[in-house]
Amino acid sequence: MQTLAMKLTIVLLLFNFALLISSSSAFQSDELIVDDEQFDFGERPSHDVVSSSSPSISSSHSPPNSIRKTSAEPDSDSRVQFALEHAFGDSEDFSVAGTFTARLKSHGGKRTLTKIRFSRNDLSTIEKEKFKKLLEDDDFYRIRVPSNVLNPPGKAYVISSVKARCLPNDGLDEHFIIHMEGVHILAVNYGSQRACQHNRPLKIPSKWTFNSHTVLKYSEYAPRTPIFSEHIVGGDMGEEEGVKPLERSFLAKYWMYFMPLLVVIMNVFNQSVNMVEEQAAEPLQPHVRAIHHGQTASVRRR
Amino acid sequence: MAMAIKLSLLFLVFSCSLISTLSLFEDQVGFMDWHQRYIGKVKHAVFHTQKAGRKRVVVSTEENVIASLDLRRGEIFWRHVLGSNDVIDKIDIALGKYVITLSSEGSILRAWNLPDGQMVWESFLSGSKSSKALLTIPANLKLDLDSPIFVYGGTCLYAISSIDGEILWKKDFIDEGIDVHQLILPEGSNVIHAVGVSDPSEFNTYEIDVKNGGVLKHSTESFPGGIFGNILPVSSDKYVALDATRSMLTLISTTDGELNLEQTHVSDVINELSSNPIILPSKLSGIFSLTTDTFIAFIKATHESKFELMEKVDKRVVVSDAVTLSEGEQAFALVQHGDSKIHLSVRLVHDMSSNHLKETVKMDHERGFVHKIFINNYVRTDRSHGFRALIVMEDHSLLLLQQGEIVWSRDDGLASVVDVTTAELPVEKIGVSVAKVEDSLFEWLKGHMLKLKGTLMLATPDEIATIQKTRLQSSGKSKMTRDHNGFRKLLIVLTKSGKLFALHSGDGHIVWSALLESLRQSHQCPNPKSLKLHPWQTPLDTNPSVLVIGRCGLPLSSPSTLSVVDAYTGKEAVHAGPTHSTVQAVPLPFTDSREQQLYLLIDDEKRAHLYPRSSEALEIFERESRNVYWYDVETEAGILRGFGVETRCDVDEYCFYSRTLWSVVFPTESEKIIATVSRKGNEVVHTQAKVSADEDVKYKYISKNLVFVATVSPKASGPIGSATPDEAVMVVHLLDTVTGRILHRMTHLGSQGPVHAVLSENWVVYHYFNLRAHRYEMSVIEIYDESRAENKDVLKLIVGKHNLTTPVSSYSRPEVSTKSQSYFFTHSVKAISVTSTAKGITSKHLLIATIGDQVLAIDKRFVDPRRSLNPTQAEKEEGLLPLTDTLPIIPQSYVTHAFKVEGIRGIETIPAKLESTTLVFAYGVDLFYTRLAPSRTYDSLTEDFNYALLLLTMVALVVAIFVTWVLSERKDLQEKWR
Repeated sequence: MQTLAMKLTIVLLLFNFALLISSSSAFQSDELIVDDEQFDFGERPSHDVVSSSSPSISSSHSPPNSIRKTSAEPDSDSRVQFALEHAFGDSEDFSVAGTFTARLKSHGGKRTLTKIRFSRNDLSTIEKEKFKKLLEDDDFYRIRVPSNVLNPPGKAYVISSVKARCLPNDGLDEHFIIHMEGVHILAVNYGSQRACQHNRPLKIPSKWTFNSHTVLKYSEYAPRTPIFSEHIVGGDMGEEEGVKPLERSFLAKYWMYFMPLLVVIMNVFNQSVNMVEEQAAEPLQPHVRAIHHGQTASVRRR
Repeated sequence: MAMAIKLSLLFLVFSCSLISTLSLFEDQVGFMDWHQRYIGKVKHAVFHTQKAGRKRVVVSTEENVIASLDLRRGEIFWRHVLGSNDVIDKIDIALGKYVITLSSEGSILRAWNLPDGQMVWESFLSGSKSSKALLTIPANLKLDLDSPIFVYGGTCLYAISSIDGEILWKKDFIDEGIDVHQLILPEGSNVIHAVGVSDPSEFNTYEIDVKNGGVLKHSTESFPGGIFGNILPVSSDKYVALDATRSMLTLISTTDGELNLEQTHVSDVINELSSNPIILPSKLSGIFSLTTDTFIAFIKATHESKFELMEKVDKRVVVSDAVTLSEGEQAFALVQHGDSKIHLSVRLVHDMSSNHLKETVKMDHERGFVHKIFINNYVRTDRSHGFRALIVMEDHSLLLLQQGEIVWSRDDGLASVVDVTTAELPVEKIGVSVAKVEDSLFEWLKGHMLKLKGTLMLATPDEIATIQKTRLQSSGKSKMTRDHNGFRKLLIVLTKSGKLFALHSGDGHIVWSALLESLRQSHQCPNPKSLKLHPWQTPLDTNPSVLVIGRCGLPLSSPSTLSVVDAYTGKEAVHAGPTHSTVQAVPLPFTDSREQQLYLLIDDEKRAHLYPRSSEALEIFERESRNVYWYDVETEAGILRGFGVETRCDVDEYCFYSRTLWSVVFPTESEKIIATVSRKGNEVVHTQAKVSADEDVKYKYISKNLVFVATVSPKASGPIGSATPDEAVMVVHLLDTVTGRILHRMTHLGSQGPVHAVLSENWVVYHYFNLRAHRYEMSVIEIYDESRAENKDVLKLIVGKHNLTTPVSSYSRPEVSTKSQSYFFTHSVKAISVTSTAKGITSKHLLIATIGDQVLAIDKRFVDPRRSLNPTQAEKEEGLLPLTDTLPIIPQSYVTHAFKVEGIRGIETIPAKLESTTLVFAYGVDLFYTRLAPSRTYDSLTEDFNYALLLLTMVALVVAIFVTWVLSERKDLQEKWR
């Protein structure tokens, strides 16, 4: 009995331990994970991450739509800048909200951007008011960037928008994923880092500064179809891949009719087994048999 | 007892192992499928009635079909679909046994054997530049045992042997810069006349030797101002043309090689002022017809080179070409539309004053006006001339009229289906018993006895035929009421002609058809075009209705028309328009109290118009308008834009301005949009979780707002082979259409379009060409939601710390992961679709319209991205197949079995009420309908289930029970007596 109790306690302890481990595994690291998608694609890194937090004073800013290149040589690295513009609600007048700075790398005739940095301008009082109104109305906060970073705005502006109520946390959280193709911007996934609750409760941020994260993303390559050796291609196709075309036999079509038959057979079988058992059991009860015999005898006598 | 259990288990395992495929048995063909063959709107017809034997008419159509029809019954003897890029220009019959077709702007000439439609020969005529295509087949011209055919195409004149298609000679007109309008070979002559105009308004005639193509004579005459339209020959030496201002009629006559031009004012000829005269192309010898805005005038060109007005008739009269009755006697037909009848009159060319024949034929007004007429004569029993007329109606149907009756009719409008939707049939009324289908109990029993015989293989061939027949008849599949399994439905199809058809899904018969007023030609809407068909209202108590959207004219900015049509009767309840333009129709997920679906129609200025126009709908919409989003794709510009509702327009309370919420801009130099596919609106997904073999759960990313966009590098946007593998790059994107986020983006190097794709649940399958492998490829992307991945922890689920019940917001940052894989696929593809079932439980099959115009079903398991070369035991048990580089094509999985859906354009899948079953409707020039059970009919007994056998077995068992009971009683008694 004691050993059983011991075993039980050990099991319980183990269980507790397991629980502890599981809870510790559920522990959420506060380390910044910018994007947890695949890192393992292609020769070039699928994205390049730099996060910068505001406020950064934009005194040194050149006019936003111009490009400043520190180096004139085309095949070496140079820096590019492009502006982020924003608008509040229905208004169509976009104003400069910040500047992206990135390194323009060119190798083999292809130019790509890396090491993007973003510095946001401080919100002016009017802008704060406008933003507050957006929050109250649950309206859209819209941003746009040029589609070509070298010669803005390119074909058209790339616009993205988010419900303003998704942004406020302690400050204002924002997260850019910029989809690039060479020096062209395809799309900007814009929103906050966190989930945006469906009903979007009104929350006024305590400080009017943006906490920005920026990710550049290039296309990944499709996984190649593996090349097979001849015999695999030729050999197993028919038998293993193809679902075999079966002729429905008589039995396959009408097996259900045989079920009750089988049950009957089994019953009979059981009965006979039982009878054998009964007969085997009979010698144990001679008096029953005697009565039985007696009865039959009496019947016979009549 | 244990033994018994083992036995029964064994039996169970045995019975479960008997799986069969999707394929049909021979005797199931036509049982749940139907196939209808059409040809399309007839452009040209040639009768072949001279010889004894089968009388036929050879037609070419706007669907580029060439067909030989039985003149007695209208059935198709044979038919060939040449495809959309091989437009038929001319057809004729040569040597009395070959059908000659000239197609692709006069560059392909083919001869088909008249009795069976086999191709006899084919000639490619490489012209220098595109021009008119003309074909002349002389009746009795012999050139060294050869009968030549004269073809003009690509600015070259060819003489081609009608026996083997050999080019006998060729004469190029490119240097002369002449556009040839007519080729004429006078009877019995050895000179062919080519009549045309050259650029600085000069009229040219060439006389060309038929033997070698040498120019015998060339005469020109300047023609001030140029001409409008075509030159029409009036007789062998006279032509008429309209000048460029359309005010002068010119008669050109050639006498001894001299050209004479005679110009007359149109108004002088027709004795009144009229606008927009056009010379009709009907060839009537000695006379010609001229149409104006109000009437058609028949004008005779006299020998003195004068015009003489013969008669004026109503503008809606349709005129045929002339047919030769006997030497020097010709006749033509006029057809005029009356009130629900048409008047056909045949007149002799020489005697216009009276009708040679006048017939009145009753005509269903749903067929609209007559568009074309072709006539043919025959000799009656009393040796007089009889005529038969083949007429093409406004709804593209084809009818043969003879002796004042419609001999046969074909609904060839169904060859050009634009859109399909379905409606449920009415519920069975009380009092109409289901048992009515079965005639009597005796018949029923007899039928089942026959079936029983069939199963036991005792039936004679005759009996087997009866079984098959009763099976087809007795299933009640063409009943006009709803069935329990939801197999019987109304397929409502919109055709190019603007006619709406309701087909019964049971056997494909036309329940009703309606030529929509809103899609008929009118003053406000001169060029109507059918666009879309949407379910409009599905109330429980009254008839459901559908919404038909049309557009007046080709440009997107042209005004649109709307009709609401009762789905049971075909009555047009409402028709509106022409109103604002409609670029896109967005069905909203709201219905009003009358079960009426709300729609937003987006016009070309990006304004949204709410339908239905009722205050209730407006109220519902205004409540939800903050959550209404839509997107549009500007293929040319390479921009996708997302929109939301802004404010009301000033003029109309049902109109709203939109605002751009997002845009995705593809760089012009590297990406060109070639395909966008979104999920079907009515698709049902059973479960979000996907449990894999190692008991791991993945959550599918299921969003209605997912769109698949494929782009290629501009160099690779042409046909396959136009770009090298290094130049060709295909990029596929998965986008969220509410926020414009790119969820996944993937590059296929060395690949190009055409891309066909299908998006369903959380996966997309797309088909493209891999230039490096020189093969077509199919790829799959599955997208999973990682934000719910933590919910795997059972403990968390128990405690309630999961986010499974929180509503999903598009504005949250999506955490998704994708899996993808590519497989080679042998066929090129015309369309891809996927099966859909009522609850989404049944596994899915991809339905592929192959290049051979068949529908192929491929199990979705074959295009699973998780397939690996050596699957583990657990994965095998899950049903994961080992990886192969090619998708298998199993011959039995062609759902169209022996049929071909010629010119297939689309496959529509409709869920039945029975979960295991999906209804498939494929349309092209032909229509095909069938029922599929992707995972077999696990939830019902099959149609051929033999209830009589079941009954018999039960009876036998009951008897057996009694017999054994009696026997055991007897045995017991014996035991007791022992």
